[in-house]
Amino acid sequence: MPTRDGLAVQCAALVKSYGAGDSAVMALRGVDLEVRTGELLMLVGPSGCGKTTLISVIAGILDQDAGECLVFTQDFQRMSQHAKTRYRGQTIGFVFQAFNLIPALTAVENVAVPLLINGRNRRVAQARASAMLAQVGLGNRLQALPSQLSGGQQQRVAVARALVHEPRLIVCDEPTSALDAETGQRVMDLLRSVALSQERALVIVTHDAHIFHFADRIAHMNDGRIEQIVHTPETH
Amino acid sequence: MNTIALKMLLGDRAKYLGILMGLTFASLLITQQLSIFVGLLTRTYGFVTDAGLADIWVMDPKVQFIDDLKPLQETQLLRVRGVDGVQWAVPLYKGLLKARQADGSFQTVNLIGLDDTTLIGGPPEMVAGQLADLRRSDGVIVDVVGAADKLARHNPDGSHVPLQIGDVLELNDHRAVVVGLCRVSRTFQSQPVVYTTYSRATTFAPRERKRLSFVLVKAKPGVDVHALSATIRRTTGLAAYTRDGFADMTVQYFLKNTGIPINFGIAVTLGFIVGTAIAGQTFYNFTLDNLRHFGALKAMGTSTGTLLRMILLQAALVGSTGYGLGVGLASLFGYLLRNSELAFRMPWQLLVLSAGAVTLICMGSALLSMHKVMRLEPAIVFKG
Repeated sequence: MPTRDGLAVQCAALVKSYGAGDSAVMALRGVDLEVRTGELLMLVGPSGCGKTTLISVIAGILDQDAGECLVFTQDFQRMSQHAKTRYRGQTIGFVFQAFNLIPALTAVENVAVPLLINGRNRRVAQARASAMLAQVGLGNRLQALPSQLSGGQQQRVAVARALVHEPRLIVCDEPTSALDAETGQRVMDLLRSVALSQERALVIVTHDAHIFHFADRIAHMNDGRIEQIVHTPETH
Repeated sequence: MNTIALKMLLGDRAKYLGILMGLTFASLLITQQLSIFVGLLTRTYGFVTDAGLADIWVMDPKVQFIDDLKPLQETQLLRVRGVDGVQWAVPLYKGLLKARQADGSFQTVNLIGLDDTTLIGGPPEMVAGQLADLRRSDGVIVDVVGAADKLARHNPDGSHVPLQIGDVLELNDHRAVVVGLCRVSRTFQSQPVVYTTYSRATTFAPRERKRLSFVLVKAKPGVDVHALSATIRRTTGLAAYTRDGFADMTVQYFLKNTGIPINFGIAVTLGFIVGTAIAGQTFYNFTLDNLRHFGALKAMGTSTGTLLRMILLQAALVGSTGYGLGVGLASLFGYLLRNSELAFRMPWQLLVLSAGAVTLICMGSALLSMHKVMRLEPAIVFKG
C-alpha cells in the first residue's frame, strides 16, 4: 500500500563513514532525500561521491551512522536482522550493474529466486517467473543459461528478477553501464514501462548521461551530499 | 533454495570435480591404508581364531603374543584339566622348524602339533584330504598357499610344482608325508603352516625339556569363560586368556612393539592432510567465487541461516559422493588383490572411521566458507 503522503523513501540527515580515526572516509554527510511512489529518481555524480552508499542504506543492506531512513515508513534500524532481511526480500527489488545472475541457473530459475526466498512453492514461482520473462520479451529464452544470453538479455532477466515478487521499491545500480547505448535505452524503456507504477518507486544510480531523460527527478551528489535535485522535462 | 545450492555446486563442473577428486582421494587413501593396517593386525592373531573350538588359551605367564613361545612342562596339562569348570583341555605344540624339500632346499615352516586323540586346534578348512588322515604314519597337512609357493618343488627349468598329497618332506631329519592340504588364515610371518599330531610334532622338534606350547581349554556349559580363566590363573599360576583376550593381547603387542601403527598412521594422516588441502581449498575457493552470488541472495532477502544451510548441503553432497567413490575404489582394490599376499580387511567400524574423517574434512571446509559468508556484507553486490 502506498503511504498516505505517497512517500516511498524518506531520508533525513543521513551520515555514513567507513573506517575509523584518521583514515575514516565520510561517504554521506547529512543527506536528505525523498522519493515518491510512481517516481523514477536517478542518483548521479562522480565516482566516490556516495551514490552507492546511499542506495545501500536505502535498501537496508548498510546501516547509517546517524540520521533516519524510512522505506514505506519502516525504519530498518529499528528492525532485528531477521526482520530487516525479510522486509528487504518482500519490499525491494534489485538490479545490479554486473547483473549477478547465478550462472548455473536458467533464466526462469534465476527470475524465480526472489519468490523462493519469500517462501513460494517452486512450481508457482517458476510459473510466475515465466510470465515475468514473457513480459520483458524473453518468453522464448526461459531455459537459457546466462552465458547463452547477450548482455542486454541478461539485464532484462535481472529486471524480471527484480520485479517478479512485486516489490514496492526497485533499486538499480548502474543498470546500463555494462550495455551498449542502444541496449541501455531499451532496458531503461523496459524499466519505465514495466517497473514503474503508482504504487512503486525506482531509484537508479547511474553515470550514463544517455539515460538521464528517463528520470522524473535527478539528484546530483558530490562529496557525500546531495547538491541539487532537478526535475527533468517529461520526454519519456 | 536447496536446489539452487546444488545447481550452483554442480554447475561449476571443474571446481566440483576438483573438490570431489580431493575427497575421493582422501577417502580412498584413508580407507585403503586402514584396511591394510587392520588386515595386517588380523593376521597377527589368525592362528588363534583358526583354532575355533577352544574357549581359553593357557600358556606361560611370560608369553606376550601368539608367536612368543615359552613352552610348559607337559604335566601342566594335567593341572589345567583338574581345574573345576574345565570340560576338556588338550595340548598344542607350535614351533618353527626347517623343512627340507625334495630338491634339497630348506624352508622354515610353522609346525603345529594337535592333540593326538581329538585333533582339536586343526585348520578351519580342508582343501584336500581329511583331518583324520593325520593319524596315518608320518602324516602332515600343509596349508595350500605354502604348498603352492614356498614348499613347491622347483624344477631346473624354473617351473614350480606345488606340493601334493603323497609328497614327502623332511622335518628335522624326520620323514613327513603330505596327507592333506588345508586353508588357514594368513599369518603375519607368512611361513607355510604344517599340521601334525602333538606326539609327532614333539618327535620332529629338537629335544627340549619343555615342549607344550599351549593348553587349549573348553569350559563346561554354563561356566563363564572369564571366571574360568581367572580360576585357571589362580590355581595353576599360568596365564589363561579367552580366545578374544589372547587375540587382543597379540594385537596390542604388535601395536606397541612394531613400527606398523606409526607407518600406517603416517599414510592415513597424509591422506587426511592431502584431502583437506585439496578438497578444503577447492571448496573454499568455490565459495569465494560465488561470494557475489551469495551476496546477491543475501541482498534479495535470503537469511544468513539459509545461506549456511546451502553451504552445508553443498558440503554434504560432495562429502558423501567423495566418500562413496573413495570407499568403492578401496573395495575394488581389495577385491582385485584378494588372492595376493596383500593383507586387506574392511570391517564396518573402519568405514565409520573413514566417514568420520571425510566428514571432518568437509565440515572444516564448510566452516571456513560459512565464516566467510557470515561476515559477508551484501553491499558487495553494489561494487562493480
